[in-house]
Formats: sequence, structure tokens, C-alpha cells
Amino acid sequence: MAEKKNIALKVDDVSIKFNLSQEKLDSLKEFVFKFVQGKVKYDEFWALKNISFELEKGDRLGILGLNGAGKSTILKVIAGVYRPTEGKVTKKGVIAPLLELGAGFDMQYTARENIYLYGAVLGYKKEFIDEKFDEIIDFAELRKFVDVPLKNYSSGMKSRLGFAICTAVNPDILILDEVLSVGDAKFRKKSEKKVTDMFANNTTVLFVSHSLEQVQRICNKAMILDHGELVAFGDIDSVSKQYQKMIN
Amino acid sequence: MIKYIKGFWNYRFLLTELVKKGVRLKYRRSYLGIIWSLIEPILTTIVLVIVFGTLFGNHKPNFPLYIITGRLIYSFFQSGTKAACISIRQNASMIKKVYVPKYMYPLSSVLFNFIIFLISLIVLVFVDIYCKVVPTIAVFWFIPAVMILVVLTIGVGLCLATLNVFFRDIEYLWNVVLMLIMYMSAIFYYPERIMNSGYAWLLKYNPLWQIIRLCRAAVMNEEIGYLGVIYAAASSLVTLIIGIIVFKKNQDKFILHI
Repeated sequence: MAEKKNIALKVDDVSIKFNLSQEKLDSLKEFVFKFVQGKVKYDEFWALKNISFELEKGDRLGILGLNGAGKSTILKVIAGVYRPTEGKVTKKGVIAPLLELGAGFDMQYTARENIYLYGAVLGYKKEFIDEKFDEIIDFAELRKFVDVPLKNYSSGMKSRLGFAICTAVNPDILILDEVLSVGDAKFRKKSEKKVTDMFANNTTVLFVSHSLEQVQRICNKAMILDHGELVAFGDIDSVSKQYQKMIN
Repeated sequence: MIKYIKGFWNYRFLLTELVKKGVRLKYRRSYLGIIWSLIEPILTTIVLVIVFGTLFGNHKPNFPLYIITGRLIYSFFQSGTKAACISIRQNASMIKKVYVPKYMYPLSSVLFNFIIFLISLIVLVFVDIYCKVVPTIAVFWFIPAVMILVVLTIGVGLCLATLNVFFRDIEYLWNVVLMLIMYMSAIFYYPERIMNSGYAWLLKYNPLWQIIRLCRAAVMNEEIGYLGVIYAAASSLVTLIIGIIVFKKNQDKFILHI
């Protein structure tokens, strides 16, 4: 192929090691006792082992695997929350992480204040939020409650707000962790449409879901993780066949 | 180095948002709101003046000013370090989701308390008038004193925030230590007797006391102990550097413990 590749994301030999202390040592007293007795033992646990892959701009990758396979961990490595113990992640452009929507809100703050706070956390500029403010509120359908503290919100309202803030940017890389099930049926449709609109903008997508059918509908590439190891990576059709074999 | 300055610049809006949040939420849902940061030091100072003025017969006319200067400085140090100490744990849900330079949390905790401290300094003006003290040019010494204080508080705050991620006890331990520091800072007594005893080092090597002493000298136009100022500045700077190193070395491990 003569076509020049436009790499949006490169994961190069990434491994992550967690120290699972056998008993969680949270208090100083325990630590000192155990330390003196020479009993501080750490169980090493490799959540990801030597993962390497590349995505071109516009690729939509479905990440498949059973519970505990490392799906969420790889997303968090790419989002920059975890730093890889070994290896390197190279990424281009703006990342929008849609992970556990609404988990970072302040409950005493109103929706208005939370939009600015959460936007700032996501790295938006003030002018950008000023400009997008109405759009966010309208998309979340919360205009009436804009000055109500979030503690009085229902969980659906909170995740709607979270979704609206996270998707206000036009990201280059979009990270989706089973969030297409936000709110009621009507909102779900709307959010799915918003996400598919983003695909049209040549956005690179990383999508984790347990529903193979959903992955097949959205993605053009897929990978299978098993106990932190990359089992398969490639075309959606061949990988999903392999995955079906695996789970049966 | 340039990378860090650039990173800081990119996240400056987050820093202002976090500082704003701290100030706003502190007195939210109270009727008097931010005015509390004036009322509170006044009330405690009145109590301290009555108790220690009558009990120990401190009848110097400047005694109220003496107390409130010490108390304001100490309470900023106290609330700033306490807030920084819990900042990483408090923002755990955020840290687990989105990448943000983690020092933003302890730093903003200290800074929002600094804003409240600046507001509470208005009280100093009232007490100044009450004690009929005419400020002189020496009052400008207050500025370097406060700068040293902020450096010290951020340094201690970074250390505490790091430790508290691994050992929750630090939060409670620090409360006890803070009380010891309070007694070691000569806030509501005159230090002469201690200075003439074998325990003078307790005060002398306490940078917070040196800062308080400088502030008092600035407000009441007394002689300035330059050696103490240099010591306070140097030890605060060293504390900040230690804080930065400790925090930076451990920040990647935070996520596994919160």
C-alpha cells in the first residue's frame, strides 16, 4: 500500500504492574508492625502484559474480553490515568474520556458550577466553556435545574450532564467505556446519535462493551484481551469470530 | 523545566476553578458567608485576650494585636496544611478518571485557604485601630513574611498529601502535631521566659514562629531579627523542595492506593 499511514494512537509494548499487598496496609501502625517483622509482602500482578498496537485516524476499535481481562485498564492507560510500568503510549490530539460519567462532580455545586469545574478538569479553556455552555445544558435537558445543587439531582440527570460535558469537544480520540446506556430510552437514542456523529468526523474510537453485537455495529477493528495479554487484533469480522469461539 | 511551566500554564484555569470551589463551598449555606472569616478570628481573639490577659496579667496595650497576628498566621498554616493533607483522597474519584497534574489538588487547597486568609487580614486593620498603633514603613515586612509562609505551607502540604495517600493515620496525627506547633509558636503568650530557658530552641528552630515574629515586628514596628528571617526563608524553601521531590516521586503510585 502506497498510502501514507496516519497514526492517531500508538501503544508500544505497554505493561502495567500492580502491587496487591496481601492485606491492605492502610494504617501506619499496621505498616510499622509488619515492616519490623519483615512481613510487608507485595503480590505482583501484571494487569497488562506487552500490549502493542496502532490505530490510524478514523479507526474504531472494539475491545473485547471477559471480566478482569484488562479492558478498562488499557483505556485508563490511554487516557493517562495510569502510567505504564513499561512501554509507551503515543497519542495525537484531544482525548475525550467517557469513563464512569458523573463520578467527578461535586455534589454541593450547582450544574452551572459543575460544568465549569468539570470542563476545567477535562482541560477545556474558559472561553470554550462559555461558548458551549448553552449547548451542554440543552443537550442534557437541564435548563430548568441549572442552579440547583447536584445533590438534588437524580442519577440519570447526573450522567446526562456528564455525557453532555464530555462530548462538548470534537475529540480526536474518543474513549467509551459502556456509556451508551445513559439515561432513559429517549436520551440513549440521542447520545448514540451524538457519538455516531462524532465518528463521521474521522474520530478515533476506543470502545469497551460486553455486547458483541454493539461492537460489531460500531467498530471496524477489534482486539481480544485475556488476563492482560493481547490475544487477537485485527479486522472486526475475523476477531469477532474468534471471540465467539472463545466464549463458547 | 519548560515542560512543567507549560503544563502549569495549560491547567491554570483548573487551578482557578479549584480555588474558587474551595472558597465558595467553605461558607455555602451560611447566612453570613465569607464574613465568617472576619468574625471567627475576632471572636477567638476576644476570648484569648480575656483569658490570657487576665489570667497571666498581660496588660500591655498591644496584647490584642499581638494575639491576633499570631493567630491569623497560625490558622492559615493550620487550615492550609489540613486541606492539602486530605486533598488527594478527597478528589480520588476525579483522579481515577481523568488525567490532571496531581499537584493541582494540594496546591489549590493551600491557595483557597490563602484567599480566605487575605480576607481575614482586614481584621488586623480594625485591631490596629483599636490598639491605636500607627503603622510605619516597617509594615511592608509583612509581604515577605507572608510569602515565606505560603512557601512553607505548600511544602508541608505536599508532604502530608503524599503521606496521607499511603497512611490514613496522617490526617489524625497531623491534628496532634498541629497543636504542638501551636504551643511552639508563642501565639497567646510572650516568649521571653522560654527564650531564657533551656527550651529556646523549640521556638528558634520553628520557622512558623519566626514568620509570626516577623509579622508582629512589621505590624508593631519592632526590631526585626534578620537571622530569624533568613532561617525561616531558607527552611521554608528546603521544605518546599522536599515536598516537591516526595510528591513527584510518589504521584504515579497514588492511583493504586486511593
